[in-house]
Amino acid sequence: MFRMTGAQLVIQLLERQGIQVISGVPGGANLPLYDALSRSTIHHVLARHEQGAGFIAQGMARVTGKPAVCLATSGPGVTNILTAIADAKLDSVPVVCITGQVPSPLMGTDAFQEVDTYGMSIPITKHNFLVRSVEELLTVIPEAFRIAASGRPGPVLVDIPRDIQVAEVHFAEWPQPGEADPAPRAYDADLENAASMINAARRPLLWIGGGVVAAGAGSQILELAEKASMPMTMTLMGLGAVPRDHALSIGMLGMHAERYTNMAMEACDLILAAGVRFDDRATGKVQEFCPNAKIIHIDIDHSEIDKIRTASLGILGSINEVLEELLPRVQENTRTEWLEYISALRGAFPQHAPAEGGHDSPQRLIRRVGELVEDDTIICTDVGKHQMWTAQSYPFRHERQWLTSGGLGTMGFGLPAAIGASLAAPERRVICFSGDGSLQMNIQELATAAEQRANVTVVLLNNNCLGLVHQQQELFFKANYFSSEYQIAVDFIKIAEGFGWRTVDLAGSSDPDADLANAFAGRGPCLVHVPVDREEKVLPMVPPGAANRVMIEGEKHA
Amino acid sequence: MPKSIPRTVLDVTVANHPGVMSHVCGLFSRRAFNVEAILCLPVNGGEVSRIWLLVNEDDRLEQMIRQMRKLQDVHDVRVCNENTAVFDQLSTVMAQ
Repeated sequence: MFRMTGAQLVIQLLERQGIQVISGVPGGANLPLYDALSRSTIHHVLARHEQGAGFIAQGMARVTGKPAVCLATSGPGVTNILTAIADAKLDSVPVVCITGQVPSPLMGTDAFQEVDTYGMSIPITKHNFLVRSVEELLTVIPEAFRIAASGRPGPVLVDIPRDIQVAEVHFAEWPQPGEADPAPRAYDADLENAASMINAARRPLLWIGGGVVAAGAGSQILELAEKASMPMTMTLMGLGAVPRDHALSIGMLGMHAERYTNMAMEACDLILAAGVRFDDRATGKVQEFCPNAKIIHIDIDHSEIDKIRTASLGILGSINEVLEELLPRVQENTRTEWLEYISALRGAFPQHAPAEGGHDSPQRLIRRVGELVEDDTIICTDVGKHQMWTAQSYPFRHERQWLTSGGLGTMGFGLPAAIGASLAAPERRVICFSGDGSLQMNIQELATAAEQRANVTVVLLNNNCLGLVHQQQELFFKANYFSSEYQIAVDFIKIAEGFGWRTVDLAGSSDPDADLANAFAGRGPCLVHVPVDREEKVLPMVPPGAANRVMIEGEKHA
Repeated sequence: MPKSIPRTVLDVTVANHPGVMSHVCGLFSRRAFNVEAILCLPVNGGEVSRIWLLVNEDDRLEQMIRQMRKLQDVHDVRVCNENTAVFDQLSTVMAQ
């Protein structure tokens, strides 16, 4: 017979689940959990803000693909961490968030630091639990991991009142750790149908989304693309699934695509959409998205199929398993005419993003960083111009190399997610491209990084404004720059040094390559400051709400 | 109740615990999709409940049903047109 408190039970269940690192912030309602955690083998990372703790867990989960855990206390701890949980929901990241709650008898009385955690977390989690007895923990904790990892991954929140954390529990046997359920099997008839549609298509194209990364199906996608000569385009979340510089890669589609990419989409007659959700930033005006194309939609989430655009054929299943069975049925085909058409498009509308690195523009600097660092470097971003430039210019090579807040677009994601990535993969370098607006949204985590000696390099592209807002005001609000330009210039070098970071300033640098090499030479956190002109834009661009063929710029580029 | 809009009933079997109703109704409210009437009763000794939702026929219904089936506490969702009669009878009582 085992005998312990609810808090000890939770921590031991996490250990049995294989958890080695937890991020969080302690407070009144989760102190019993922290007391138990202090006696555990699990390494606790003390974040400086609960949102930071949530994104640290996301960083770990995005790099490993396995559920990661974060802790927060009741009330403000919960409201602070919810942004990171909502972000995980939109990008399908498996996170288990455990929150303290006021004691059960006080719930509903507006007790100190009480909020309706269960009610507030319903719409932003895959599932949530309010634990009502200490015995329930034996099923709830493994269930939380099973749900987070099964099918389309996502965040699960477990709210545990304080009296349940201190209550005693007796039990005879440990429950099995929660593991992902097997994926549903695709129907043979659908696979046959898909193969004949691909074989019959003259201009087929592969559209790769975050689901491909989640399924680890990059190599099967590549095999299919090469066998059937299908050009590949990626959503923001699909970047890294296949190497960017592959001959069949036509880059990211949608709002900030290359013009030739969106034109290739217009011309195709069949799209194999794998793990995508027809997001408006990818499709543009959806009624005019690829009007001539049939669509085969493979997804593990039934509610995604036919959600935005009715598919000619929907296949429910895990993308790697579906492709494994589809590949032998697809005929080899060189599709010379189609590939020549793509090359002609590339020739007529040359790539806007730089093909080589340099120092005269932020895009070229991002590419240069990619040339200087190791292939397996993890690239993280915040949200804004720097994010789009990185998406357009960085030479991605590997799945799970690319961590970005795609769905929710949360400024402040980058630094804590990079810390989490570095904790999950301490032997690898982590680079976070950030902006001055984003960095200031979770700047307190500079302390966490220094404390953990995280091997994170923040490359700060500083234009002293909210860059993408500034750009939209210029283009769509007659250059009425309201509340997007900061009135003081923050000294980020001093700030980073104050937090114990190494710093490198590229402002006025006579040898930027040497300075960058210097930044990457040491271990531990380092800030690289890069001043950027406010006028540097993210182009080409589809105006919000317009069809993808309506692009600003990208027609000619010297 | 006005008869002009075609209506149907979703017959939803759920785990019976506090919060399930919020999960189910949240799917409707976030899409500004009105639930016209709700009936809910525990069955099988109280382990599960059946919820009947009277809703307008709408293009979005299939998507709603798929979303509902994804909820962990939802065991089954069925569309039962014939159950609308029950709500008609209730309206004679409740409209008084």
